[in-house]
Order: sequence, then C-alpha cells, then structure tokens
Amino acid sequence: MSALLQVRGLSRHYGQRVGCEDVSFDLHPGELLCIVGESGSGKSTLLNTVAAQLAPSSGSVRYRQRSGGWLELSALSEADRRRLAREEWGFVTQNPRDGLRLNVSAGANVAERLMALGMRNYSQLRHIARGWLERVEIDPARIDDAPTSFSGGMQQRLQIARTLVTQPRLVFMDEPTAGLDVSVQARILDLLRRLVNELGLAAVMVTHDLAVARLLAARTIVMQGGRVVETGLTDQILDDPQHPYTQLLVSSVLTT
Amino acid sequence: MTAALMLELRDLSKSFELHHQHGARLNVLRGLDLRLHAGECVVLSGPSGAGKSTLLRVIYANYRPTFGAVHVRHADRWLDLAKATPHEVLDVRRHTLGYVSQFLRVIPRVPALDIVAEPLLQAGVDEQEARRRAGDLLRRLNVPERLWPLPPGTFSGGEQQRVNIARGLIVRRPIVLLDEPTASLDAENRNVVAQLLAEARADGSAVLGIFHDEDMRDRVATRLFPMQTLEAA
Amino acid sequence: MTYNFAFLDEDTKRMLRRALLKAVAIPGYQVPFGSREMPLPYGWGTGGIQVTAALLGPDDVLKVIDQGADDTTNAVNIRRFFSRVAGVATTEHTADATLIQTRHRIPETSLREDQILVFQVPEPEPLRTLEPREAETRTLHALADYGLMHVKLYEDIAQYGHIATSYDYPVLVDGRFLTSPSPIPKFDNPKLDRSPALMLFGAGREKRLYAIPPYTRVESLAFDDHPFEIQRWEHQCELCGSGESYLDEVVVDDRGTRMFVCSDTDFCSGRRVEAQA
Repeated sequence: MSALLQVRGLSRHYGQRVGCEDVSFDLHPGELLCIVGESGSGKSTLLNTVAAQLAPSSGSVRYRQRSGGWLELSALSEADRRRLAREEWGFVTQNPRDGLRLNVSAGANVAERLMALGMRNYSQLRHIARGWLERVEIDPARIDDAPTSFSGGMQQRLQIARTLVTQPRLVFMDEPTAGLDVSVQARILDLLRRLVNELGLAAVMVTHDLAVARLLAARTIVMQGGRVVETGLTDQILDDPQHPYTQLLVSSVLTT
Repeated sequence: MTAALMLELRDLSKSFELHHQHGARLNVLRGLDLRLHAGECVVLSGPSGAGKSTLLRVIYANYRPTFGAVHVRHADRWLDLAKATPHEVLDVRRHTLGYVSQFLRVIPRVPALDIVAEPLLQAGVDEQEARRRAGDLLRRLNVPERLWPLPPGTFSGGEQQRVNIARGLIVRRPIVLLDEPTASLDAENRNVVAQLLAEARADGSAVLGIFHDEDMRDRVATRLFPMQTLEAA
Repeated sequence: MTYNFAFLDEDTKRMLRRALLKAVAIPGYQVPFGSREMPLPYGWGTGGIQVTAALLGPDDVLKVIDQGADDTTNAVNIRRFFSRVAGVATTEHTADATLIQTRHRIPETSLREDQILVFQVPEPEPLRTLEPREAETRTLHALADYGLMHVKLYEDIAQYGHIATSYDYPVLVDGRFLTSPSPIPKFDNPKLDRSPALMLFGAGREKRLYAIPPYTRVESLAFDDHPFEIQRWEHQCELCGSGESYLDEVVVDDRGTRMFVCSDTDFCSGRRVEAQA
C-alpha cells in the first residue's frame, strides 16, 4: 500500500529554539497515528508543520492527492493549500472554541464546509447537518442553537461533525479530548474510533495521554525535546518501551 | 504426512533493560528455537517466570526480540517479524497471526457483540454478517444474549474472558497464540474452548498456547514445549 | 480657475481618480485610498463626498439623496456644500443630474449612461461580521473563497424561515468579487445589475473605494431553494399611488396612524405633477 503522507527530515525552529527536529514518518490511508510526549515536546509544532499551518525550517512533507500525484506542501501556493485544507483535509483543535464559529448556529457550523465546496441547496444542507449532529450524538432538534449554549463535550463533538462532514481523507487532531471530563472523553474517543473506521480516515493525532494512543492508534511516535525518540506499533511502545524517556512516560501512567 | 511449517523461531533472545532502575537488565529468553506446523497445538510448559507469556508476546511482536528471528508464513511467503515494518506486522496480525490474551482490554462504551465482531469487520466482512457470526460464537461460549449489547466493563471475569476468546478466535487465522485463555472458566466452557481449538486445528490452524490447567493441557496439546527460568545475568 | 475646485487639493483628487480608475478596472474590488479629513464626521458620507469631489467639473449637475429624499439634513447639507465650494448647479430631478450622491437608495427613475451614482458606504467588507480579520477577508477575496457569506444567509433562513437580510444584501460583481452594495434595500439590488450608469462606492472611515462599471453583471447571492426576492408591499404610495416603488412607512400623528409613501421624493412628486397635468 502506498503512503498518503510522507514526512522526511522535517524541522521547525523558532529562532534559536527547536520546535521539532529531523522528524520522518509515513502515514497510510485509513491509518491513525498518534504523536505522544509531554507539554513542550514539540508535538503540536510537528502537527502544525505537517498540516502546512507552519512553514518548515527544513525537510519535506509530501501528500498524495486523490489523483495519485504527489504534492510537496512547502511548494504549494496559499490558494492550493487552502483548497486542500477545505476539500481533502480536516483539523480538530484542542479547544472547540478555536475550531467552531461561535456566533452562528450549530447547523451553520456543520454546513459551512459544504457551502465552501459550493453546495447551495438549503434543505439539503439542513438534511446533512441533522444527520451529522445525530452521528455525533447531538440532538438534531438543537440544530439552530448557538454552540455557546453547548457543554464542552458537545462543542467538541460539534467540531468533529463540522470537520468530517465533507469526508476528508486526512484529519489532524490536536489533543481533541484534553480538558474534558473522563466520561465525556470516553464518549468522544469511542466516536472518533467509530468514525475513523467507518469513513476510512487517515489521521494524525497529538495527545499526551498514552491510553488514548492505545485505544485509537495502531502506530505511535514518541517525542521528547522536539525529536522523535521512539516510533513503532502502539502496543509495542507501551508494553515494551525501549527508550528511557518512553519507559518513564509509560511508568508514569496512572492505572485504575 | 508433513504439515506445512507455519512459524519458526531461531536463536530467539529477549531481555528487558530498565533505564530507570539503574540500567538493570532482565534476561527472560535466550537462544530459543521452535518450529510450529499447521494443525498442531504446541503447549508451552514450565514454571511461572520461565518466560512463556513473554515468548507469546515476542511472537505477536508485542515485545521486540533482543536477538534472533521470528519467521512467519504470511500469505505464502516468509516474513521475519523481528525485522518487519509496523505496517507489515499489522498486516500479519490482521490475516495470519491471532492472539488471545489473558485479559480482555475493555474499550469504553463498545458493546460485547461489537467487540467480538470487530476483527471480522476489519477483515472485510459486512456488518450484518459479522454480527451474526459474533452472536453465534458468543452463544456457543454461553454468554447470555442479554449481555451482548452491553460494554463488558462490568461483566464477571469469566464472562469477560469468554468475550475475549470469541474476539480472538472469530477470524480463522493460520496461527493462533493463546495466553491462558481458560484460567477463569468453568469445566463446561473449557470444554467449548477445547472444541473450538480442535476445529481450528482441523481447519489447518497452528496453535501455540499456555494452559496451566493440566486437564486442559492434556486435551488440547499435540506436543509440549518445555521452558526454564533463566538465571539472572 | 479650477485650482482647488471642489474643496480637495489637486493631488488628493489625482490620488482619488487613480484609485477610482483601478476600481473600475477591477469591478467589485476594494481599492485602498488615502481618505482625507472632511468637514463632517465619519458616517455622514465622507467617502461619498471625496469621490464626488474628485469627479465634479464645473458643468456637472449634482443631486444628493438620503434614503431617497432630497430634502433631509444630510442631503441638503452636502448639496449646499458642493454648491459653495465648487459652484456647481444642483438639482432634485434624477433625470437632470449628471452626478448623484446617494445614501441608502438607488433612484426609482432609470439611470442613463451619462450619469454617475456615488454611494456612501459605512462598511465596505461584506464578510466583516463573520470574519473580523482584515488580512483574512482580503485573502478570501483573493481566492474567491466565499462560502462564508452563505453561512450568514443560512443563519437567516434558519432563524426567520427566509433570507431576512433586507438591506446591504451581498452581491457578486462580474462573477468574481463579493461586494457590499452599501445599505441600500435589497429592493434596489436588481437595479445594480447591468446598470447603464457607472456606480462608485466610497467608504471614508474604512478608506476603501470600489466600483460597478456600466453594464456589469451583478448577482444577489441566494440558495437554490431560497432564491433572491425583493420586498413587496400590500400598499400603494398614498401621495402618488405608485405600486412599484420602494415605500416608507410614516407615522403621522400621536395615535399611531401610519401612511405609506414613496421613499424617492423626486419620483413621487414627478408622478403627482404628471397626474395633475
């Protein structure tokens, strides 16, 4: 199987400071990859650089289009980058308020990407939006309510619906369950697991939570100080960690 | 009759280096050779601490061998799991190598029936058919139908174990690894598991397992593979 | 003696004319310009006045309307201002004017190729309520990425059952730039489409100019199943009897008695004169 995303020697510096350094990995279609590490380990920088939201200092990120051709992301024009972000990618932020449009209704939030793709039939937009609210377990009767009237967990589910409504091929997620209650977290993780399977999504997810990685990702990358210290199958990394830092991470997990 | 060789371990060693315990080194397996053929059921025997579970985990690529090779016949070619890429390992697990662990790893909010059906779905079986077959298997293992729509987090140990076995055996794989799957089962259900394994072997699956219960071991094993505890290095 | 004619110095007028030429060359595109201090506050038509000042010549005949009326404070003051600083002729008759500065209406009388309509614009950016960042809205224009505008129309339908935006209704100019028509009622939007007269828009506070050249295609945005519609009244003008013009509802006494009259005073009085003749 050919990769969907190819990251090679990717670095991103902030002046003298290292964001991430010399990172390489492949992502295959239908695969969810987790990037784990503690705060400041460079995982969000890596995610944003891979998603072409930050310019790399060096290295390359290549993306295979639907047509089969490879795109070098740093060579993309702003117009093409946005087209890609709109039509083939999705981005789920940690704080749903950053990813949602708070001054318009839940339905408009879900329908926005469809309208951006040119859908101009109101009833059809409503129909699809209702379906997606249902899919993320939000009562479709709340389609016209403002997201500000939703709980944190509902807002995050709304953001997921808003992102996945156009059936992107590749989704980037930055700590989508951090900052939520444990029970709410479980619900969202289950939802993500199901949607990723149903839609055959490829996804890169940043998390500091090893349990999240075990639940969702077949493969995991462990980062420390901007560098990849260990990479491989998630269960291998969690059950037989090789690097001292990974061993520390694994042994620091609270188990119940 | 010479049954096809399915799995071959050569000079396999596994040690754990504990960086946060003053670099302590734990040697668990050393220089181990094993051949497993289609249709046989090899049972690992030896005292607790002999590395039986570790060996299964190394074969499943859950642990990385320190030295040696784990050759697996995968889709009519041989692959060394010690050197395989993660994607290759995942493909082997999907199609060739099954593993029934000691405990069910519960996924929050997912009903028992879906947990059992999931490997079938991943193998490309359609949803209705997958659920039907999952139901059949759970029924055989005497998991009451009223439990099927519930997440197994609150089930008893034996019920969880039977869900686990069903999940592990629902897709017929050429090689099956079993880590004490019958530990918390009653005689009747042990019986069912023994039958399931016999059926798998009859279909050509090679089975490698750990069974502490002697009665069970005698029923399923075609051969024993003795293991000893290594001295601390 | 045309030096410093019409209040602005020649350099400023040259700058404005260059910006206007650019605006005409790229229909609907917002051209930045160096907006000057004017002797009236922002919101009173500083943008429109600068455009008018840059265009007026001694032979022009100026008409100024505010909400369609020639006799409101804003209209009277601007007309008097140009009459004083440029000495140009002024008129209340749409047909007689060569240049019409307007706030919030397009005259009912059809305009001609030899006329220019200058709009006073408070907010030139149609996406502003949804996207506060100027750099972002500029990028959206550059990429013609206008899905966001439909979010607003969607919200209208979701909340009111129809597109409730009744003025400043967004249009797409020449199939390219999303444009604010200034706060004219959407009743006037069809008059923008392929108008024989040049339409210029000035936003003094926001320092932007834009244009809809003659005969340019102007579409009002809509959904397939919620097409664009203009306002309709069950009443007719109580003064001239018109059933086709844009009507104002006027409270005429302390008991709440209302009457409906044409918002375009020149159109209304013209019809009444005609009726008497």
